[in-house]
Amino acid sequence: MSGELQQLVPTMMPSAARALLKGVALPVASALVLGLVMQFVVGPAIGAYPASVALQVGISVMLAVSLNIVNGYTGQFSIGHAGFFAVGAYVGAGISYYAALSGIDPASGQQPSQALSNGAWLVWNDGQNFLFSYGEWRMILASIVGGCVAAGLGYIVGLPSLRLRGDYLAIVTLGFGEITRVLLTQTKPQIFDRDELAATHAKDWVIPPMGGATGFSDIPAYASLMWVWFFVAVMIFFAYRVKQSSTGRALLSIREDEIAARSMGVNITKYKVRAFVLAAGLAGLAGSLYAHTGQVIRPQEAGFQRSFEVIIFVVLGGMGSISGVVLAAIILSILPEALRDLSEYRLIVYALLLILMMIVRPKGLFGVREIWEFWPFTRAKKSEKKVITP
Amino acid sequence: MVGRLATVVRRLSLGLGLAASVVAGGVVAIGAANAASEAAQPAKAESKAPIVIGHYGSLTGAEATFGQSTSEGIRLAIKELNASGGIDGRMVELKEYDTKGDPKEANLAVTRLVKSDKVVAVLGEVASGLSLAAAPVCQKAGVPMISPSSTNVRVTKVGDMIFRVCFIDPFQGLACAKFASENLKATKAAMLYDQKAPYSVDLAKEFKKAFEKMGGKVVAEQTYSGGDGDFTAQLTNIAASKPEVLFVPGYYTDVGNIALQVRKLGITCPMLGGDGWDSEQLGKTAGKAIEGSFYSNHYAPDQPDEQVKQFISKYQSAYGGKTPDGLAALGYDAANILFDAMKRAKSTDGKPLRDAIAATKDFKAVTGTITIDQNRDAKKSAVIVEMKGDPLGPKFKARVEP
Repeated sequence: MSGELQQLVPTMMPSAARALLKGVALPVASALVLGLVMQFVVGPAIGAYPASVALQVGISVMLAVSLNIVNGYTGQFSIGHAGFFAVGAYVGAGISYYAALSGIDPASGQQPSQALSNGAWLVWNDGQNFLFSYGEWRMILASIVGGCVAAGLGYIVGLPSLRLRGDYLAIVTLGFGEITRVLLTQTKPQIFDRDELAATHAKDWVIPPMGGATGFSDIPAYASLMWVWFFVAVMIFFAYRVKQSSTGRALLSIREDEIAARSMGVNITKYKVRAFVLAAGLAGLAGSLYAHTGQVIRPQEAGFQRSFEVIIFVVLGGMGSISGVVLAAIILSILPEALRDLSEYRLIVYALLLILMMIVRPKGLFGVREIWEFWPFTRAKKSEKKVITP
Repeated sequence: MVGRLATVVRRLSLGLGLAASVVAGGVVAIGAANAASEAAQPAKAESKAPIVIGHYGSLTGAEATFGQSTSEGIRLAIKELNASGGIDGRMVELKEYDTKGDPKEANLAVTRLVKSDKVVAVLGEVASGLSLAAAPVCQKAGVPMISPSSTNVRVTKVGDMIFRVCFIDPFQGLACAKFASENLKATKAAMLYDQKAPYSVDLAKEFKKAFEKMGGKVVAEQTYSGGDGDFTAQLTNIAASKPEVLFVPGYYTDVGNIALQVRKLGITCPMLGGDGWDSEQLGKTAGKAIEGSFYSNHYAPDQPDEQVKQFISKYQSAYGGKTPDGLAALGYDAANILFDAMKRAKSTDGKPLRDAIAATKDFKAVTGTITIDQNRDAKKSAVIVEMKGDPLGPKFKARVEP
């Protein structure tokens, strides 16, 4: 910490306030700006279909950034990330859907799908609600709860399994994803009727009515470009701060050499669990937002196919490079849509491009570095930066 | 401090800016492609411009034959319509996108059809889960959607723009139960269903309800997960209960394996299933094991109806002698019902077109005489077919009226 600012404002700004400004206000403000720009400038400019692609791109970026904390920074091979994603999606969707259902006015004569989405000003723009109405706040609350539940699960799963390494950890996490998928298929049928919902007792919620194998449909579509990209930016800031913190250094040291890290006093299990919990929480948040983009969520969301999708983002982006995985997630989510005109050959071309990228850049797009380390005018300063290279 | 802060801000803004610009770049590229395709379509005022309709289906993935068959049926209907002069002289064009069997893809594909390609109506999907993901998009945009073969009740409840031309799960379960009890004279039935597939779960539920109402008894109820390879445990339990009929409302991908293991364990009673069995693959996988089993379907190729005979000969000449399955017939019917409505509506706008589809009455389709009811579902009969003959294939057995 240099003395410049302290000389400038010696007493007016206590260090706590300064930390708050730098640590919270600034990131949130810039995230809000990005969200607003995506919603009101980029969205209308590119049209409805590209906008809904951009919405899904945002979800992919969040997943990639969250998995990067475990697979990238810490070097642990987790392949059950979709499990946390699905848990967050189901919890968030459950809260939002049943809260909205209990609030529907049967006399309004609206289609249920539309009535359910009342309260989402940015999505429906029905003129009744001003900016950020109740539905959206409810979505954010539900998403935070979803994230917390996923993080809690991450702790429970992580504590015993993170003593394992390599292949064993991969198997345990894969098992977690599959167990989640099977459990989700065992949930009870979704309740579509308001009166039926009012007649339920607490014991009916022991096994929640979340559609089972049928999937959870009619989830209110509160998530707009604004909210998704706001959270994308917040998560990127968060992931960056984690990487720069002492926790982040400890995680990176675990990736480089566990024995050396332990000999330096890093509690390996504790830090691995910490990374796992963070990643799970962020994935849960992303899952809840995904559920609110007007989707049907199915137990298959927890399956290993989705987990692998995210692993591909992280591996292709470069293990541990935030800007790398963000870029990879963006490119790889847009690619299948851009290739739509090739119809059946789309997936073949997609796979070929993956192979090509892996040949051209075997360590991922940016390796373990960040994009600004390749920037011409920051390169000169690189000497003063502590870059950990393998 | 200020210096460091500035560096951090610069770096982050670089990263974020780059991220945002890549997204913007990518989506603008897609947008530009769309704009180009929009520009390529002449304005609506020009009366001779082709009418574009959309189809989304699983052309790749585990259930690829569903999407491909449907697509072939739709293309045949369009070819015929255009050969006979189109709709008031306007040709019909098809835009088709793959869903990979993933609801997220279905949602995006239909958004593209409706918003970028500006189709006047959408046909699809086969799987109910995917139809449910896409239907709200059509509903919100005011574009009519006709699902050829989503049998789940929820699909048409999404809104007044969503229709279907197949029967719904409760009716199919009822038809199977009626056939089991009346034609097979069975009183003891066992069920083995795919707990992962909503279609299978619902069908089992409806069958049980109807069968027990008719005085029968479900003596064993077992589940599996789509994609399983070994069913010995479940089938041993079923064998112990000595059923007179085994109801397996799964998809053909699993039923073939199940049939082989059923016969290996010495269960000799006939198997009964739903339209998920309907694929050429079933006979190929199961062979002799499936012979003498029945399933309910939308139509049978050897049905003695004029519509069916004509459809089959047209289909075979168009696709190299291939026998159309039920999904191809439903795709064909869905497209024809849409064209019939377009002719009556004299407009391709969402509202009048919707009203015309809703008014469809006694339409002579390949899969039976179709009337659209007030729930936007099709009222029609089901057909029970038997797997027999050489080459092994579905043969007409009975018709069950609603």
